[in-house]
Amino acid sequence: MKILVCISHVPDTTSKINFTDNNTKFDQNGVQYVINPNDEFGLTRALWFKEQQGASVHVITVGDAQCEPTLRKALAIGADEAIRVAVPATDGLVVAKALAQIVSEDDYDLIIAGRESLDYNGGMVPGMLAQLTGFAFVNTCIKLDIDHGKALAVREIDGGKETIEVALPLVIGGQKGLVEESDLRIPNMRGIMQARSKPLHVKELTPVATTATTLSYEKPAPKEAVTLVSGVDELIDLLHKEAKVL
Amino acid sequence: MSVLVYAESDQGIIKKIAQELISYGRALADQLGTTLYVAVMADVGTQNLAQYGAQQIVHIEHEALQSFSADAFAQAIAQSAKSVAAEVVLVSSSANSRYLAPMLAVGLDAAYVPNCTQLPLSTSPFQVTHSVYTNKAEATTEMTSAVKLIGLAKNAFGVSHFEGTAQTTSLTPDLNPSKCHVSATDRATDKVMIADAEIVVSAGRGLKGPENWHLIEDLAEVLGAATACSKPVSDLGWRPHSEHVGQTGKPVASNLYIAIGISGAIQHLAGINSSKVKVVINTDPEAPFFKAADYGIVGDAFDVVPELIEKLKQFKTLNA
Repeated sequence: MKILVCISHVPDTTSKINFTDNNTKFDQNGVQYVINPNDEFGLTRALWFKEQQGASVHVITVGDAQCEPTLRKALAIGADEAIRVAVPATDGLVVAKALAQIVSEDDYDLIIAGRESLDYNGGMVPGMLAQLTGFAFVNTCIKLDIDHGKALAVREIDGGKETIEVALPLVIGGQKGLVEESDLRIPNMRGIMQARSKPLHVKELTPVATTATTLSYEKPAPKEAVTLVSGVDELIDLLHKEAKVL
Repeated sequence: MSVLVYAESDQGIIKKIAQELISYGRALADQLGTTLYVAVMADVGTQNLAQYGAQQIVHIEHEALQSFSADAFAQAIAQSAKSVAAEVVLVSSSANSRYLAPMLAVGLDAAYVPNCTQLPLSTSPFQVTHSVYTNKAEATTEMTSAVKLIGLAKNAFGVSHFEGTAQTTSLTPDLNPSKCHVSATDRATDKVMIADAEIVVSAGRGLKGPENWHLIEDLAEVLGAATACSKPVSDLGWRPHSEHVGQTGKPVASNLYIAIGISGAIQHLAGINSSKVKVVINTDPEAPFFKAADYGIVGDAFDVVPELIEKLKQFKTLNA
């Protein structure tokens, strides 16, 4: 089985979010970048397939050379090869079309991406990639097993879950549940050394034109200070009369 | 040219988020000086959708659409949009709509912007505002595709009421069979879902152990609220993952969010900060949640929550 894991290079969850250049660019100053958490759950599940059932695992990202340390980390925890598509990741459709072109040049059975990235929260690349490649698609996937070309996937729905039977090739929009937090791997020295000699291919493509251009960002206005109340009666009264939510 | 809303239903009943989306679609259609079409699955029947702002209704009829299937629904909605020459197509932020929207975008060759928080800033050029960085910022994005797909954030617009009636036309889409087969569905029917809840009651490690969760469940029952929890609580296995709210868990956009014994880590606050009113109950007055909340009580959950339950019962009786 050949697995492709789509990795997004995103600011760490504790990062301060600021903008520069007249609020048109994300301020990278002091920001640590990580593998997008939803992607990391999927990558760890892919490595489980590699070790338990036999599979090769490629990781891919779309972006400039700054993303390469994130790909090297994925190699250090066990991926076999990495691909960086040297196209500016201007919007989800551009990214999905670039990924679809790479997928069409190989013979992947399974593509695992995160349900959404922590930066743009678009949650659109996995579904678009499935539609562009003709692969089946399961989103918000919390459990995935594969047996003889058939997948059994569990999807989180509002208020519960559903079990889906689907044939490969398949695209997964994954999240926590594919593996547990405690299954996530920290690169060790041996892995880091090995990652240096694993292939990291840089693919040049002619990007399609973007049709969604982000012009500017704004941070929400600072919140008013909390109203501390002394007791339950006062709280109920305020929620009823002032906030009007009871 | 027109605007088309996909109005979700559950067992033939239009969902509240769909009512909100119809009202948003009507305001947008008025802004563009065009007509609002509302696409619904056939089991919705003849419910009065004009009251929320629908002007034309497209009934989608096909036996393959009796239960949800993202790829089949995406094809059907794309064909509805093409049949009315929609320039703007609107979907909600439910799990099912977030699932089908990217496939719909490719089907329509549309730019897709989810998490929109208000009407477009301008329609020529077409500029929308949407939340990014898990609600820590808002972006303004210009959409230049011929067809535009917009996802409305939860609880962002509200339902408006209109007079009048809407005309219904039927459409039988031409569908490729779905690739996915749903073999089992497991849904708690007696609980309020976090996604739909007006009120969410959430607790953290301050509750000391899963055996104390009856306090949270009792409070939720009095309020008709959904129950939720912090990440450490779901990691410890005290509560199921499906209750974990925050940056890597479920987002919450309720009218009222009550956090009990949750310190308020940045990742937790990011997931809940689009809730309208936030209440915190915590023994530690230095807990970061107090900086993010609207109302706070410094106190022990084991004292405050039982009293809150009793007083709310009295309040409900008086205001019933």
